[in-house]
Amino acid sequence: MTQPLLSIENLVVEFGTPRHRFPAVNGIDLTLEKGRTLGLVGESGCGKSVTSLAVMRLVPQPPGHYAGGRIMFEGRDLLSLPEAEMRKLRGGRIGMVFQEPMTSLNPVYTLGVQLREMLQAHSDLSDRAARDRAIELLDMVGLPSPAKRIDDYPHQLSGGQRQRVMIAMALANDPVLLIADEPTTALDVTVQAQILELLQSLQERTGTAILLITHDLGVVAETCDEVAVMYGGKVVERAPTGALFADPQHPYTIGLMAAVPRLDAPADRLATIPGSVPPPWANRKGCRFASRCPLAIDVCRAEQPPLAAIGTDHSVACWRAPIEEIAA
Amino acid sequence: MINALVNRLLLSVPVLIGVVIFGFLLIKMAPGDPAQIMAGPTATPEVVAQIRQQMGLDQPLLVQLGRYAERLVQGDLGRSLISNRPVVSELAAAVGPTVELMIASLIWAVPLGIGMGTIAAVRRGSWVDRTIMAISVAGVSLPIFFIALVLMQFLGVTLQILPFMGRGGPLWTVDGLRHIAIPALSLGLIFVGPVARMTRSSVLEVLRLDHVRTARAKGLTERRVILRHALRNALIPVVTLIGLQAGYLLGGAVVTETIFSYPGIGRLAVGAILSSDFPLAQGTILVLALGFILINMIVDMLYAILDPRAQKS
Repeated sequence: MTQPLLSIENLVVEFGTPRHRFPAVNGIDLTLEKGRTLGLVGESGCGKSVTSLAVMRLVPQPPGHYAGGRIMFEGRDLLSLPEAEMRKLRGGRIGMVFQEPMTSLNPVYTLGVQLREMLQAHSDLSDRAARDRAIELLDMVGLPSPAKRIDDYPHQLSGGQRQRVMIAMALANDPVLLIADEPTTALDVTVQAQILELLQSLQERTGTAILLITHDLGVVAETCDEVAVMYGGKVVERAPTGALFADPQHPYTIGLMAAVPRLDAPADRLATIPGSVPPPWANRKGCRFASRCPLAIDVCRAEQPPLAAIGTDHSVACWRAPIEEIAA
Repeated sequence: MINALVNRLLLSVPVLIGVVIFGFLLIKMAPGDPAQIMAGPTATPEVVAQIRQQMGLDQPLLVQLGRYAERLVQGDLGRSLISNRPVVSELAAAVGPTVELMIASLIWAVPLGIGMGTIAAVRRGSWVDRTIMAISVAGVSLPIFFIALVLMQFLGVTLQILPFMGRGGPLWTVDGLRHIAIPALSLGLIFVGPVARMTRSSVLEVLRLDHVRTARAKGLTERRVILRHALRNALIPVVTLIGLQAGYLLGGAVVTETIFSYPGIGRLAVGAILSSDFPLAQGTILVLALGFILINMIVDMLYAILDPRAQKS
């Protein structure tokens, strides 16, 4: 069996001062094969963005701190790579798209300058050639009249257009891995669909693997091959997308799915998961979800459940799994 | 861009009119009788009265102001009461040296301040940062006359490596440079601190922004991230600060020129005011106000160049 493109092994990322540290990511394992899409799902503060930044090794230090684990990418551990090597990977073999297209581009440079800079940081293209390639890229992501827009400043573009530019930039050097951290969250719904379609069609053309971070299960269903659900800094369930939606096993996943508004079964109120995510510094004994879990029993509060396989490619971290069909 | 410039020029017209009126009234309120000064201490009251009539000083204030404005638009600022030379030529001779002094001060002080501020921001919390900030606070706190006197004493008197009186000639001559060194050092020093502090906080703010993270995610070197993406954006508020400090610069020039007997507008203004040479004093006030407007106009243009978002409005 060939090694996966990206494999995160027991990654721990802590925040705080040296004396008071708490984990934002607490021992997660993820793998992503070439050309596939892995969705990383969870609510705000579950550690999914920190995970994505950790792959780029862009977690701000301090207050961040890589406390353990490995991030294997193409056979090398990113966490122990020298900075210069890591810099070659950033924007080279690994591209990243951020959540906020409105602020992720530098307002004082034209699109052309910013794209060219990306290209030239990883190649010795001439200004002329880099500009031509930049126009090509803008065309590829569907920005209308790219030869003209290339000299525009970011403020002259809409949010969706800026996100297209961000995607063009992330894909500029043909990365084998694209990290997309909530790429559609700041956009309105129709634009969201366009951007997701764009990502998918680009993936088909370039064969890039995508690590998609989102809190939106709808986005996951449309785009991902596999899903990892994160809660409180841990992966609580991992499965192929189809299996996860057909047979969610972790009470948190089940709750998330119940919370998705449905058009075919209109309800007066949207379902919610009671309570909120416990802060990272809260008591860490037992399952992190126990305080909000309708199925919690004594063992849940006493001991952390391990991520264990319950089917082909399907693992869940829950003492109560496998959970039989419960009344929805 | 040109539209904006024309707008600015038009906007400065009412400001200038205000300056003319205010400067006129200010001189009128000042103690001392110009007619008496012209006539000399031994003149009889009749002679003084005659001169007063000649100069129109017996007319109502509004009439005097009207006549002054009338001559002003013709480019006639009157004659100095002391030297009897046209005020315009006195001013013309002094503007060049003052502009030289400002250039000689800013040309090293602004880059130094920006450099210090950037280093402090990048090395935040380290002893480098603390040292730079301590120096800036000292620079901000010391009054310019004190800095000027210390430099004069140290470099001019004790070490005797530089002259400290007068002007040696144009800036591009060796003697000109040697003479302007201590005054430019004094005037520049008051700028280093504020610029360094502003740059530091501005760079720190920009470093937190999303687009800097994007720059890092592009695989740029840290140096490039700092210089091209953090500092470049951080300069926008720094330039604004320099514009706001223009008055400070002009005021500093007045003090510096007076201390070093440097023949610029500032010394001319102080001399004119002290000797109740009111046409000359009015002239210098006008030139200083013009300078202020001009500096701010330059800053506005720089701002538009630095921030493409500002060009639209």
